[in-house]
Amino acid sequence: MADGTGPGRITLSGVVLAGLLLVLIIVSLYFFIAQPFWFPKLASEHGAKIDSLFMAVLVVSGIAFILVQGALGYFVARYGESGTERAEYWHDNPKAEAFLLILTAVILTVLVFMGQRVWASIYFADAPKNATIIQVTGEQFAWNFHYAGPDGQFGRTDTKLITGTNPIGLDRSDPNAKDDVLSIGVMHAPVGKPVRVQLRSKDVIHSFFLPNFRMKQDAVPGMAIEVWFTPTLTGQYEVACAELCGLGHYRMKAAFTVDESQDAFNKWLEEAGKQ
Amino acid sequence: MSESHTAEHTHHELGFIRKYIFSTDHKIIGIQYMITAMAMAVVGGFLSMLMRYQLAWPTTLSPNMAKLFPTAWAGGIMAPEFYISLVTMHGTIMVFFLFTAVLTGGFGNFLIPLQIGARDMAFPFLNALSYWIFLVSCVVIFSALFVQTGAPMGGWTSYAPLSALPAAAPGQGTGVTLWITAIALFSASGLMGGLNYITTILTMRTRGLSMMRLPLTQWSLLVTSVLGLLAFPVLLGAAILLTFDRVGGTSFFVPAGVIMNGLPVDHSGGHPLLWQHLFWFFGHPEVYIVVLPAMGMASDILSTFCRKPIFSYRMMVYSMVAIAALSFIVWGHHMFVSGMNPFLGSVFTLTTLLIAVPSAVKTFNWLGTVWGARIRFTAAGLFSIGFVSMFVSGGLSGIFLGTSAADIQLQDTYFVVAHFHLVMAIAPLFAAFGGIYFWFPKMFGRFMNETLGKAHFWLSFIGAYCVFFPMHILGIGGQMRRIYDPTQYLFLQAQQPVNVFITLAAFVLGASQLIFLLNFFISIFAGKRALDNNPWQATGLEWTVPCPTGHGNFGEELPVVHRWPFDYSVPGEKEDFIPQTVPATATAKH
Ligand code: HEM
Ligand SMILES: [Cu+2]
Ligand SMILES: [Cu+2]
Repeated sequence: MADGTGPGRITLSGVVLAGLLLVLIIVSLYFFIAQPFWFPKLASEHGAKIDSLFMAVLVVSGIAFILVQGALGYFVARYGESGTERAEYWHDNPKAEAFLLILTAVILTVLVFMGQRVWASIYFADAPKNATIIQVTGEQFAWNFHYAGPDGQFGRTDTKLITGTNPIGLDRSDPNAKDDVLSIGVMHAPVGKPVRVQLRSKDVIHSFFLPNFRMKQDAVPGMAIEVWFTPTLTGQYEVACAELCGLGHYRMKAAFTVDESQDAFNKWLEEAGKQ
Repeated sequence: MSESHTAEHTHHELGFIRKYIFSTDHKIIGIQYMITAMAMAVVGGFLSMLMRYQLAWPTTLSPNMAKLFPTAWAGGIMAPEFYISLVTMHGTIMVFFLFTAVLTGGFGNFLIPLQIGARDMAFPFLNALSYWIFLVSCVVIFSALFVQTGAPMGGWTSYAPLSALPAAAPGQGTGVTLWITAIALFSASGLMGGLNYITTILTMRTRGLSMMRLPLTQWSLLVTSVLGLLAFPVLLGAAILLTFDRVGGTSFFVPAGVIMNGLPVDHSGGHPLLWQHLFWFFGHPEVYIVVLPAMGMASDILSTFCRKPIFSYRMMVYSMVAIAALSFIVWGHHMFVSGMNPFLGSVFTLTTLLIAVPSAVKTFNWLGTVWGARIRFTAAGLFSIGFVSMFVSGGLSGIFLGTSAADIQLQDTYFVVAHFHLVMAIAPLFAAFGGIYFWFPKMFGRFMNETLGKAHFWLSFIGAYCVFFPMHILGIGGQMRRIYDPTQYLFLQAQQPVNVFITLAAFVLGASQLIFLLNFFISIFAGKRALDNNPWQATGLEWTVPCPTGHGNFGEELPVVHRWPFDYSVPGEKEDFIPQTVPATATAKH
């Protein structure tokens, strides 16, 4: 049958390739459903929205992944070459193409809107008034945390005043600076209360990354960038740098403690201020 | 070879040097590009093995490494700055000097005249010049590895001010100067090539070869060249501004008040984000400069070995053009957390998910091509199928990264490393391998060994998934990219076994590429001879001329084209393929 379109042959290569694609699907299902390795423990309010957005995208793209890899596997297993038999001859199907195109566009549009609601709630909302304010300054290779202290006023800073012992150039002669607290590599905030972070960098670009809080924001020299979040879980966490900033990039970390109460936080602040 | 010489070419025989070294023959130039790029790939691949070694066992003493690299690995511990140099050099070499070079320079040069029925490129001399400048740029970037103070350390993206201030890291002095020089030379060479490809494809197609009869490889090379012509000048310009900042005392990218190593830096008025905007305005199209030719080649090869026309040729062309146009308005998705106005984040999310639509269209069309096919599982065919699988795996993770809110957590983690390796490293690599196995007989008159080719495919397919799929998991766990020692962080320690697994798989993947290299170089001299013009029973014009093809490509008369290049398994025909040169009337129904 010179131009018949009987069943294709099942070939060894086709079956092996299909088998590998099946293994790929099963193993990824295992890792994404059983989650033996997963996101660092969630400890912020807005982080829950990010995590559920991630899950929504995971479900959509997971289904697409299984369908496409599965179909590819099925086709390669099923349609091996067989003697003189011919492939089916068709090369267009405008209706099916239009359908798939519109379907993809609709699904992606839904994802855009879901994603933008989360994005807007994080970036387009002002921090509540009662927030704890921390001025964070990155430098090669450390994080400096500057608190206003009891008076709630930040002292003046000036890059000309920067020295080895005054890494952010705080003007100690400014009355507002008297009770300011500067903490290098250690950050605290009370649980359940919003934290406003004002980010700066002294030298190159760094990125303030709080994995447990689903927070990441670049610190750019010449810019002061503000972000805010609300910690929901007490404990000890790590701050990392996520933007390549030089040879010590890998060890540019800080410790972040979420205190169980405002009092505990105030006590730490007082202690830190004495040093 | 002389039997295929054209009348006007027969009267001068070229000596060895003019013929194979300082050649203006597009085929020789294509092969030169390819072999130079392969040498760069060996370097870039070797660097990645060193990185993987470090990431798996960051705190283990390795005296053997200390012997091999007395300074970089002094005392058996890799220097952190060496790691960053490795990342930078690996990324730069792979993106520019391997892929951009091999796909457009290598395959572009070799295939354009052959597939459009021309005797050579429009500007053969410019073509040769573009290769020689490329070669110089390779030498310059390679020499950066041996700078006393260290190779460049800014990553392949070279963000300012890290790249603008030589004091920022040891490799940012001479290292970055060489990096900029190499990139500038590379851009210049790419522009010459691009100009040539566009002119050739638009003006030198043979009779009957309308645009909608071009093989998809040609469409992809045309679209890619246009992208390159629009994108590379931006990179070149940015590199020049960066040089002014570094040596001319200007401040394009450096703001006032920067303190470096405790000393104030004498700059004011620049903005670090300007560099990112310029870089990614080039950088995102660059991704497609790599991916599009891969798509085109994989499509043609897939169709040949499926013995079935490509599904929806028109949509394939339109989606390529759409991807190219959209690729200029998505650059901000690399900058969601950069400090750019968050409103722009929303805009770039929209455009980014928009570009996913034509990519999905292409995927459906590849599936439609394999559906109902009669697949010949050659090495080339297998690699083109592998391309589809890898492209889908890498493309889907792009949806997470394109959704700005989800990207907050994932930006600059291994999730990104997984994404771009699958979609712009492994997928194009597979397409390039497919292309080499496929067109090798046309280049050298011999076949590559199929058994070795298939072994190479299976090991690469399994290896690539084992290396790059688990990186998603690392990224979800929060592992940052470009870090020298993930175990410094408590929250990353539990997933260190994944790093070890990836490294072991990477060694297997790396070693299996040696099979390819051996096969390639031995086959040039000792492969099975390709006696037939058209060993794969394909339809394109390049298969109507001898393997290897002589100077001038076609005989006395240029071929005339009568049909599109996808007439496979046409019902009622004697053969299951009809070359483009067969007139419509010659194929009678029975
Ligand atoms: C054997 C295969 C490969 C392995 C094992 C590998 C491994 C790696 C590793 C470990 C990194 C550094 C990750 C980090 O610390 O941030 C990296 C970065 C990178 N790789 Fe590969 N890679 C391979 C092939 C390729 C190919 C073929 C390309 C071609 C596009 C490529 C492009 C890049 C780029 C652009 C970077 C980013 C460099 C940067 O961060 O500046 N890789 N790769
Ligand atoms: Cu850093
Ligand atoms: Cu991009």
